[in-house]
Order: sequence, then C-alpha cells, then structure tokens
Amino acid sequence: MKIGYYPGCTLKSRAKNLEDSALASLAALGFEVEELPRWNCCGAVFSLANDDLIHHLAPVRDLIRAKDAGHERLITLCSMCYNTLARANLLMKHDEEKRKTLNLFMEEESDYFGEVEVLHVLDFLRRELGWEKLRAAVKRPLEGLRVAPYYGCTLLRPREVAIESPDLPVMFADFLRALGATPVEFPEATACCSSYQIIANESAALEASAKILRAATASSADALAMSCPVCEYNLGRRQGDVRSKHEGVGELPTFYFTQLLAIALGLPQETLGLKWNEASSLELLKKKSYLTVSA
Amino acid sequence: MAIKVSVKTVRGPLAAKVKEVSGQDPNVCFQCGLCAGSCPMTGEMEIFTRKVMHLLQLGLADVVIAQKMAYLCASCHTCQVRCPRGIDIPAVVEALRLLTLRHGENYLAPESIPAERVREMPQAAMVAGLRKFTA
Ligand code: SF4
Ligand code: SF4
Repeated sequence: MKIGYYPGCTLKSRAKNLEDSALASLAALGFEVEELPRWNCCGAVFSLANDDLIHHLAPVRDLIRAKDAGHERLITLCSMCYNTLARANLLMKHDEEKRKTLNLFMEEESDYFGEVEVLHVLDFLRRELGWEKLRAAVKRPLEGLRVAPYYGCTLLRPREVAIESPDLPVMFADFLRALGATPVEFPEATACCSSYQIIANESAALEASAKILRAATASSADALAMSCPVCEYNLGRRQGDVRSKHEGVGELPTFYFTQLLAIALGLPQETLGLKWNEASSLELLKKKSYLTVSA
Repeated sequence: MAIKVSVKTVRGPLAAKVKEVSGQDPNVCFQCGLCAGSCPMTGEMEIFTRKVMHLLQLGLADVVIAQKMAYLCASCHTCQVRCPRGIDIPAVVEALRLLTLRHGENYLAPESIPAERVREMPQAAMVAGLRKFTA
C-alpha cells in the first residue's frame, strides 16, 4: 500500500531541495509514496484560539483528502505542516463538539474523525525502517562530518504531537549516527529560531537565531541539519545578516536532514536540489568529496 | 506607570474575554517565572509572560495589550511545555493579539514587506506571519 504524502506550499518552491532529496531517498529505501491528488495550504500555524474554528478547515480538508484517497498514514516533511496537521488531527479525534461543527460546516466532504495517522518523515523512518536497517542501506557513510541536529519547535512542541520527548530528544542524533556522521550536542538544539517573527520584528528575530548559531559554532560543528523551511530561512538564508549584527557566529553550512540522507545513500547530486542551499553548503560537500553525478 | 486595580478590573469583560478566547485561566499561575526564563523572544519584550499572567490575574488585559509583547511571541510553545501549572501560555498570548486584530487593526501592513523578501521567504513564514500579525 502506498503511503500518502502531503508536501505543503514551501516544498514546491523555496524548499524544493527538501522535497526532492526526501522523495529520492524514500524511493531508494523501497517506500512507495503517493502525493495527495488534491491538497491545499494547511495554514502553517495551528489556531490557538478557542473560538476560532474557521482556521481548522484547511488542515482538516487535507486530512479528509488523505482519507478519501484510501490512506491510513500521511507523511509530511515540513515541520510546520507536520505540527498543524497533527494538531488538527488530534482535535478531530478528541474534541467532539468542534468535530461536529467542522464536519457539519464541510457538508460536501466526508465526515472525519481523526482516522488518518500523521507522521513526520524522521519518525516514519525510525518506525518503519529503524536505524540499524538505515545504517545497512548507507553506501557513503558521512564519516568525520560533525553535524549539529537542530530540532526547532514544531517537531517537539506541544507535547501531544511531539515526535519524541521534548525534554531530551535523541532521534535526530540517532538518525545522523546511522548515516555515519558524528552528531554534535549543542544546548540550543530545541530552541526557537524566531519562526515567523522574521517578517515583522527583524532585529528580535535575528537575535534569537544568533543564539542558536553561536551555540552551534561553539560546538565546532561542520554543519547544521534541520527539517523546517522557516528554520532554514532564519538560520541559513539569513545567516549573513545574523553574522553582521552578532558576534561569535561562524559560517555554518545548513542542510535538510533528507539531503544528508540522500548523500549517504549514494544518490546523485541532482536529487539534492543544492541550488536552493547557500554556497557554503555546496563548498562543504565538495571539500568532503561527497558529491556524485549520475552517469 | 500607574495601575488601577479594583473589583471592576478583576471581574471586567476584557479579562473574561481573554479567558474565553484562550480557554485558559491565568488565575492558576503561581508566578514561578519558568515561562519567562524559557522564552527565546524576551530580548525586545517590555514585559515577560510571568508578568503578563500577573496583570491578567488583576484583570489588566488592557495594560498588556498596550505593550508589544504579544506581537513578539513566536508561538514556540517552550513556555507551555515547561509551565508546572499546565497553562497554555501561547494560547493566552494569541487571545491578547486577537483582542486587537479582531478590531481590524493590523500589526504588520502586508504592503510594507519588501518585494525582495517576499520573493525569497518560504511561504510557511509568510502565511504564519500574516496569520499572526494581520486582521
Ligand atoms: S510561546 Fe511565545 S511566550 Fe512562550 S516561550 Fe515561545 S515566544 Fe515566549
Ligand atoms: S510557568 Fe506557568 S505557573 Fe510559572 S509563571 Fe509562567 S504561567 Fe505562571
């Protein structure tokens, strides 16, 4: 049975590197993945207001599409989408009153009761493959590469949708170890990069990012790995701006976890979508001779 | 700043509205400050979450709304997972934002975002930001 896949808006544009490397890796690992035939933006953030139901329609519609396409499980890559869909799913599962109103409002759609399981790909790999099997599938171990795993917020908080304990997560480090890399512990691995604050409160946002980048620099990591396009923007694309305003921030290449996966699986360079990364990321891969071009 | 507290403020409609919209009761907060100590966005906040809770206990939602604090929260939920009283603090902050936004007052004018930023920014950041900062 094919596994349902919800990409979300950013993965079709700015974060094409996240999607391309993930889909190529999942195929190489033998998973059959099928993008939902129809989907809409999940809304990026789960509405926190008790009396705001209208913003739950978008993620719930996506979940209904997954159910209607016959999927029991829905995988996502963007951490923001994961969080929004997983929280909306819990709401539909457990809040009888809101579920009733939402189902009634979407009269033309199938009723939904939270039947689909929403999974982030990192967690999916751990459950479906396991780190031992992943290690066995690695063709080009990332030996000697010191990677700081950056979780950010939305994979770990709130607790009810956390892919593992938000207090002491280990999954990302285990994943990197399976790829042959050396995970580097750093104290800001679960801190917030400021998220959407970058669009309205730039100096405060850059300050929050600086704290994370400074800690990662101090841990002498070669690179930072992540799964969220908003984190990648704040910590990667805007890294130069952070550096120009804050001390102690070194040049730190950033990667999506799936790009490191694709490299370790020996997949060709064109699956990595490196043109969407900063130049320092490509340079590091060249320096480490990690790149291959398909024949 | 002079603050007036009375039965009127404590039982006032604004404090009740924050409770209703957030589904949270600020009165259960016992002022430990763990939330504020965990917050990554305090750099430019004039008041932190602990004080927000205290002001809300006194019914002074209007004092909190007058600050920029609610618009500096990144909804990161760090405070929420750490609060020993189990308060969904980002939900309280969302309610505070909504008290203004629902009157049609934008915090961020969408047209003020430079075109170059719109081009390079991930959609997730744009959508999330516009959800949090515009009416
Ligand atoms: S959710 Fe908001 S108030 Fe709470 S720690 Fe994060 S930024 Fe601070
Ligand atoms: S962590 Fe909870 S109980 Fe402690 S001050 Fe903050 S809101 Fe109050």
